[in-house]
Formats: sequence, structure tokens, C-alpha cells
Amino acid sequence: MKVDEVPQDLKYFENTVLRDVAYAVDENGKYTSVISDGWSVKNDALELTMDGIYEECEEIRQRVLAGETSLLEYYAAKNIMDVDLLSDYTGISKRTIRKHFDPKVFSQLDRETLEKYADALRITVEQLTTIPE
Amino acid sequence: MELTFDHKPAAHCENGVISNMLRFYGFNISEPMIFGLASGLFFSHMPFVKMSGMAVTSFRTFPGVLFSRISKLLGFKIHTKRYLREEKAIADMEKILFSGKPVGCVVGMYYLPYMPMEYRFHFNGHNICIIGKEEETGNYIVSDPNAMQKVTISKRDLIKVRFAKGGTYPLLGQMYWIEKTPKQLPDLAPLIRKAIKKNCWLMTSQPSWLPYFGANGIPFLGKRILKWESEMGARKAALNLAQVIRMLEEIGTGGAGFRYMYGAFLQEAAEITGIQELNEFSKRITEIGDMWRDFAYKSARIFKKRQGEQYSYEEISAILMKIGELEARFFRELKEAV
Repeated sequence: MKVDEVPQDLKYFENTVLRDVAYAVDENGKYTSVISDGWSVKNDALELTMDGIYEECEEIRQRVLAGETSLLEYYAAKNIMDVDLLSDYTGISKRTIRKHFDPKVFSQLDRETLEKYADALRITVEQLTTIPE
Repeated sequence: MELTFDHKPAAHCENGVISNMLRFYGFNISEPMIFGLASGLFFSHMPFVKMSGMAVTSFRTFPGVLFSRISKLLGFKIHTKRYLREEKAIADMEKILFSGKPVGCVVGMYYLPYMPMEYRFHFNGHNICIIGKEEETGNYIVSDPNAMQKVTISKRDLIKVRFAKGGTYPLLGQMYWIEKTPKQLPDLAPLIRKAIKKNCWLMTSQPSWLPYFGANGIPFLGKRILKWESEMGARKAALNLAQVIRMLEEIGTGGAGFRYMYGAFLQEAAEITGIQELNEFSKRITEIGDMWRDFAYKSARIFKKRQGEQYSYEEISAILMKIGELEARFFRELKEAV
């Protein structure tokens, strides 16, 4: 890859301090490091991965609306957390978490438990208990 | 309190933290040189290790290995510690920081506050360096090689990322710092030759019945992707392909899965050792890197179609078969040259 071929396709790095550093050869054939805004190819790969997650979330959201599952399952999926990982972060057993996927049980949860979940899922308790648009 | 620490962004976090730390102690060693000296280039495709339900593909050696290899080679004394108690992990870090030493931490990417949403994966192998503490806020000043400038992190977030759970492997507040530096660097030329030999061995020593590692792994992946569509359907196959591309390009590889970084190393190596032939090898690995980028580009056109551009799994598989052959030959011949 030559220096002038280093891609500068800004997408996910926009408004962040992050950038890529690429190694490329200059006109004399010497390697040098070049700051890159990103490459559309990997932006596409990332987009596909994110789309996969969003689709799963939407499917769960529909089941939340139908009263078949709780918002806990929705936010876990949104955070790419399975029950194992959510259990690791909250200290709540996997069995109990699965019970909390039941909307009836979930609606009875005390503030302390909700806070534990919200903290692990990086949202507020209000968000955790409100169905997103 | 802030150490006089010259923060320079780098392609990869582990090389970057090492390179920045060594510069703090007055040793200027480039990122590619660190990568090459540590024999960091690799390939593995492991269907038996899963990330988000998909086989893990990697283009470099395993996390943490670079640091231990480089410190041993150059004669730095490194101290590494792990913790069970969060408060102790922070208190010890502060003690070392206030004694004037930057502290490297292995962290999870997920709770890093300055990561964009799309980069927040449960990956527990990121490296950052703690270089100061703001008196007013109590936040820590961080040199993260993937960030263009210094950043800050709160104590609460730092505890979270240092004790990231689950995923590939849980973290135990792992941190490291340089305890003693050598008076001067050892003569690099013999170390470079040894490191290149070792990397050649890592890439080519596997028997043919072990297909997951080294140059063998590339055609192995090439054959596997041919079956993805029929085995798991178009959607899942595309997600798996995207995962390979992300490992190749995303997590600080310097482009083409560290192949360009190795090319940069070989150029520096030619200068230091006087082995001019290494410049030719640098060109060759650059061309191989270009083929990896071609593979990435055409793969992306499979899962995100553009008008007038149509590629098949057969075509991208053929590229991998070719790259596998070229890399095997490259490392066999490079071994002879040093």
C-alpha cells in the first residue's frame, strides 16, 4: 500500500479521539506511518455486524411489546451480553436472570436489582423500564 | 500530577504502549521494530475458539506475549501483577504512578468511556498506559495508543475495564511497569536475525496435519469459507466473513493484518543488520499485504454489494489459497536469508 492509497473513509471514528495508524510506502519505497480515518471496507464489515445486533434487538422489542419477554432481554442483546456475561457483571445467577426475562417478574423487581442491571448495561433505571421507540 | 510522557498514537495497542513506555525511559524503538523483535507476526484460524459464536481468526501472536518477549530481549526488568481486590489494584497502581513510573494496564474495551458505540466489544485484551491523575476530578490521565491525544478515565470506569468479565478471558486487574532499564540497549543486529528466524519458524514449522496455525492456516480458512454459505446460509456466512475482515483490518493491525508493519520492520532490519536482501523481502511482504487488502475488498463486496461488482466465495477463497502459498514460501526463504 502506498501513502496516497491509505484510505480516509471517516465514519465510526467521527467525533472521537480514535484513529487508525497505517503503515505504507512513500514515493521512495520507504515505509512510514500514516494516520487514517478508517476504511470503507471495514466500516462495511462493522455495519453488517451492528445490523445483525440491531435486527436481533428489534425482534426482541417486538416480543416485549407483545408481552412475551422483558426489557432486560432487550438491553442485554443491545449490549451484546449473553446471560453468562450479564451474570458475571451483576453477580445475579443465570437462573434468576432468566426468570427476570418474564415481564411479570421483571415489573415486580425492586430498585436495587434494577440498579444493578442498569449499571452493568450502562443505562439508567428509567431507560431500563421504558420501551424504546 | 502528570508524568512527562510523550504520547504517540500507534497502530496496535500492545506495541504502542511498549514503544511509548520505552521512550519515556529514553529508548527510541519504533512500533514495527518492537513488533518484529518480538516475532509478532502470525496467523491462526481456530474453529474451536469462538467469539460471538464465530471462529476466531488472528494475524498476530497471542496477547501479552509481545511484552514479555521484548523485555527479555532488551534486558528490561518488568513487573506484572494481577489482583483479586479492586481497591488494592487501584492503590498499588497509584503508588507506582506517584513514584514516577507509567503503569500499563490490560483492559476490556467494552466500558472504555471514549470508545464509540460500534467499537464497544467484549474484548478483554486492550492495553492502555496510566500516566497521571487529575487533582480536581480524581480522574486518571491515560495514554491509549489508539487515541490521537491523551484521554481521561474515572476511577469507577477504570475499575470496570481492569476487571472486565467473561468474554474470551476475564481480567484480574492485570498491570505492568518497568522496574529497571538497562544502561544501554544490546546490539540489535543479532537479536533481529534471531527474531526473524523465530518468526519464520512460527509461521512454517507446523506439520501438515495441524491446519490451524501459521501459513497452513490460510488455505485452511480458504477451504472452509467455501462451505460457509451451504452450511450456515447466506446471512450467517456474511457475518463470519465480516468477522475475518474485522480481525484483519480493525483492531490496530497497521493494515493487512500486520503484514505492512512487518514490511516496515524488515526495512529497518536491513539498515541495522546490513543485510540488503531484507529490503527485497520487505517488498514481497508488502505485495502479500496488498493481496490481503484485495481479499478484504472483494469480501466486503460479497456482503455489501455494489453495482457492477460481483464476487463469489470461490474467488475470495482462491485469493486465500494463493496467499497461503506465498506466505509459506516467503517465510521459508526469509529464514535462509538471515
